[in-house]
Amino acid sequence: MPKLTILVSAAAAVLLLAGSVSADGLVKYKVADNAIQQSLTGKAGDAAEGEKTFTNRKLGNCLACHQVTALAREPFHGEIGPSLDGVAGRYSEAQLRMQVVNAKVINPDTIMPAFYRTDGLHRVLDNFKDKPMLTPEQVEDVVAYLKTLK
Amino acid sequence: MKTNWKQITFLAAAIGFGACMFAANADATDWGKYQVGEHRSGYTYMTDESRAMQNDNFQNPGMLWVEQGAELWAKVDGKAGKSCASCHGESGDSMKGVAARYPVYDQNLGKLQDLEQQINYCLETRMETKPYKWESDEMLSMTTFVSYQSLGMPVNVKVDGPAAAAFEKGKAFYYERRGQLDMACKHCHEDNAGGIIRANTLTQGQGNGFPTYRLKWQKVGSLQRRFRGCNNEVRAKPYPYGSEEYTNLELYVKWRGQGLPIEAPSVRN
Ligand code: HEC
Ligand code: HEC
Ligand code: HEC
Repeated sequence: MPKLTILVSAAAAVLLLAGSVSADGLVKYKVADNAIQQSLTGKAGDAAEGEKTFTNRKLGNCLACHQVTALAREPFHGEIGPSLDGVAGRYSEAQLRMQVVNAKVINPDTIMPAFYRTDGLHRVLDNFKDKPMLTPEQVEDVVAYLKTLK
Repeated sequence: MKTNWKQITFLAAAIGFGACMFAANADATDWGKYQVGEHRSGYTYMTDESRAMQNDNFQNPGMLWVEQGAELWAKVDGKAGKSCASCHGESGDSMKGVAARYPVYDQNLGKLQDLEQQINYCLETRMETKPYKWESDEMLSMTTFVSYQSLGMPVNVKVDGPAAAAFEKGKAFYYERRGQLDMACKHCHEDNAGGIIRANTLTQGQGNGFPTYRLKWQKVGSLQRRFRGCNNEVRAKPYPYGSEEYTNLELYVKWRGQGLPIEAPSVRN
């Protein structure tokens, strides 16, 4: 029940300060209309770093499922998800943040992993237990990178 | 952000292909015996080279395990002074159809048995010798030899009666998300069969080709080895070889390919 937990913790904190930490050790965030308005770090991310995280197979590995024309030099773009060309024009920054943090809030049945979530997971390998796939900084960097895909 | 990608692709497919609902049907190729209804063998997704390798016994590297298995079949071992052949006959003909039916619910043992467990049962209680280790050369040779006797026979596992409980558990496993990537088997092999993930074309994840010679492994491997690999892929803790969880899953996965031909030893990327 990830959605419920997020909503409850969000409701409990009237004024949410970016940087405050919830019980699972992750930065708290507030979801409204399938979007997260506030940066997880309180700052804007770095798009150049974001591109690295995006393409890194051990981090975002986003190209496993998505295609990006601007990254044509990278081999093997998957076709499980849609092309991300022009994605910045389709969604707001807050919507993109939600998509990266936990795509299941938008589509509960999606194959796309939640990149900033540790609750409600089953049989995670010890090495990865209680660790989100990306840090708050990396999430913000990826969001900043997505915003360049006009 | 309410756009449901799957619905869009679905709609596009529906428009493009009239009433065809399934990707398998949308593919115009006639796959012959390798497709039964919506079930498509991994064979149909492989490269022409891999298929040619599988089709030709002289080229198929998995045939080496069949030969080794035939030798083991005739080898006397254990306190009872017997070989498999002593009880089951020289040729292995008696094993025809076994791989198509397994795993089966064993009334006497009161549990689901897969082929590996059945072989070890005969080794321990009937030959009075040590069981083979899972994924050892001996085990793989014997399972490949035994499965090869069913080559071309349609998968026909029994999932009702006493096997029903195990089947339901296997099915639940298949649809349960797991690992840091939080994916279920169905996300890759049901929702996205035919799709390209990184450089790999996803198949339906069928079990009819096992033991399979996997080019990446450079050897033959069991269905449970594949389960472990697919669990690791999503950063989920695999279960031990021969565990109840994986044996139940074997039954369920085999059932998803009911009617597909046994291809052991198949060749896969
Ligand atoms: C395992 C496959 C997979 C991976 C890995 C993946 N995605 Fe996705 N993504 C999808 C799918 C499928 C969709 C379509 C929407 C859905 O399923 O809800 C999607 C949708 C999106 C969308 C919305 C696009 C649109 O036009 O609607 C964005 C943005 C996105 N992903 C970004 C990312 C980023 C950034 C990463 C890496 C950090 C990533 N994805 C990794 C499968 C994946
Ligand atoms: C002492 C006799 C004996 C020996 C030796 C023996 N088995 Fe069996 N095996 C049996 C009996 C009895 C059964 C149960 C009845 C049946 O299905 O044929 C059986 C069943 C099986 C089955 C299941 C057949 C089915 O239709 O469900 C397999 C597979 C099998 N044995 C493989 C082997 C292998 C491989 C070896 C050698 C490693 C071996 N057995 C050695 C007696 C033996
Ligand atoms: C992240 C995607 C992914 C998930 C989730 C996944 N697999 Fe796979 N699986 C693959 C890939 C990639 C291959 C190799 C290409 C193919 O056959 O699809 C594969 C291959 C297989 C094969 C071999 C098929 C053949 O014809 O040789 C089986 C069987 C299989 N998977 C079963 C499973 C089961 C059972 C689960 C759930 C425990 C599972 N997979 C989860 C990606 C996945």
